[in-house]
Amino acid sequence: MNFDFIYTLELFPILLKYLGVTMQMALLGFVFALIIALCVAVIRVFSVPVLNQASIVFISFFRGTPLLVQLFLLYYGLPQLMPWLVGMDAFTAAVIGLSLHFSAYMAESIRAAILGVDRSQMEASLSIGMTKLQAMRRIILPQAARVASPSLMNYFIDMIKSTSLAFTLGVAEIMSKAQMEASSSFKFFESFVAVAIVYWVVVVIFTQLQHRLETHLNRAYVK
Amino acid sequence: MIKVTNLSKKFGELAVLKGIDFEVKQGEIVVIIGPSGTGKSTLLRCLNYLETPTTGIINIGPVKVDVAHANNKSITQLRQQSSFVFQNYALFANKTALENVAEGLLTVWKEPKQQAFATSKKILEQVGLGDKINHYPVQLSGGQQQRVGIARAMAAKGEVILFDEPTSALDPEWVDEVLAVMKQLAQGQQTMIVVTHEMQFAREIADKIIFMEDGHIVEQGSAEQMFTAPKSERTRAFLARATK
Repeated sequence: MNFDFIYTLELFPILLKYLGVTMQMALLGFVFALIIALCVAVIRVFSVPVLNQASIVFISFFRGTPLLVQLFLLYYGLPQLMPWLVGMDAFTAAVIGLSLHFSAYMAESIRAAILGVDRSQMEASLSIGMTKLQAMRRIILPQAARVASPSLMNYFIDMIKSTSLAFTLGVAEIMSKAQMEASSSFKFFESFVAVAIVYWVVVVIFTQLQHRLETHLNRAYVK
Repeated sequence: MIKVTNLSKKFGELAVLKGIDFEVKQGEIVVIIGPSGTGKSTLLRCLNYLETPTTGIINIGPVKVDVAHANNKSITQLRQQSSFVFQNYALFANKTALENVAEGLLTVWKEPKQQAFATSKKILEQVGLGDKINHYPVQLSGGQQQRVGIARAMAAKGEVILFDEPTSALDPEWVDEVLAVMKQLAQGQQTMIVVTHEMQFAREIADKIIFMEDGHIVEQGSAEQMFTAPKSERTRAFLARATK
C-alpha cells in the first residue's frame, strides 16, 4: 500500500476553508431545530387541540423518511409544485431540511425530559400564582434541559455529520470539496481519510464543550 | 375573608368532598384534622386550585370563583390569594433558597431583582436560614427545605398560607424547627389553614379546629372545646386515639 501522507496533510488547509460552510449549516440547523422542537414538545405536553395532532403527523413523517429523501423532496421536488421556491439556494434548502428532520427527533427527547420533571414542580409554581407558561419557562424547561442535554448533544453531533449530505444538493462544504479533490487526483483514500479526520476532530471538540455544559447544568444538584 | 360554599370534588365516581362549607377570618389559624383519606388534603388543594373542584364557590379576599364558571384568569387570580406548603417541600430544584423565595416576586409580581432579593433574604432570616440563602435544595436538610418552603409561601403575598401536612415527611429530628417557624408565623397574625396529624401542635396554635371524616365536616370549634368537650361521638373517638 502506498499512502500519500503529504497529500493528506496538504489537503487539510483546503478542507478547512470549507469547514465554515459545514459549521454554519450545522449551527443554524441546530438552532432552528431546537426552536421547532421546543414548540412541538410543549404542544404535545399540553395536548393543544389540532396542533397536537399536526405535531404527531409531523414527527411521524420526519422520523419515518430518510434525511436524503427529505432533502431531495425539498430542493428538487417542491419547486416543481411551488414555483416561488425555485430561487431557493442549496444552502438554505439544506438548513431547512436538517432543521425539520432533527426537530422531529429532538421534540420527542424534550417532551420526555419535560414529562420526567416531578409533577410537584409545576404544582409549586402554580401555587405561588405563576401561569403554566411562566412555570414552563422558569422552572420546568430549565430542569428538563439538564435531562435532555446529553441526547440533544447527540443529535447535534449527528447533525454535523449529516451536513455532508448537503453535497448531494451542490452545497460547497467539506465533503463536496474532498470528493472534488479525490476525483481530480484519484487519491480517494487519502482524501476521504482527511475529511473523516476533520469531522472527527470537530465532534471531539464539541463533546468537550458538552462536558462543560453538563457540569454547569448539574451545579444545582451537587451536594 | 375566606368563605367556602358547598365545595365538592369527585375523582371519577369517587366523591372525596361532599359539600364543604366553612369560613376563616383574617388572622385566624384553622387546623383541619381527621383520619387519613377523608379529603383533608384534597380540600386544601382545591382552595389553591391544584385540584379542580366539581362544584362550589371559593371566596378568598377580593377574589370569588364559582367552580361552574371558572376560567384560567380567575383561577390564577384565586391562586395568587393563597400559597401552599407541600408535604414533600416541592422546592424548585434548579434554584437556590433565595431564588426559590424570590421567584414569585420576580415572575408573578414583576418586582425588580434587587428589591425581590432583599425581601426574600429578610424572610429567610426570619425562618432562621440567613446563612443558607445560596444553597440549593439538595444541599439542605429536610427541615431546612421545609423552612424554605414556608419562606416561599410567606413571600407570595397571598392572604392565606395553606399547609398540607408540612411535617409528615420529615425525620423526627427536624419536626420541631418547622413547627417553631409555624408558631412564630401564627403569632404574627398570618392567616393559616393547616392540615396536620400533630395534635399537640394543633391544640397549641389553632383558633379553630375542623374535624373531617368521609368528605364531610363533622364538627368545628375552638381548640379548647374540641379537645375537652367534643360534641360528636366520632370526634371524641378520633381524638381519643390520636392523642393517646
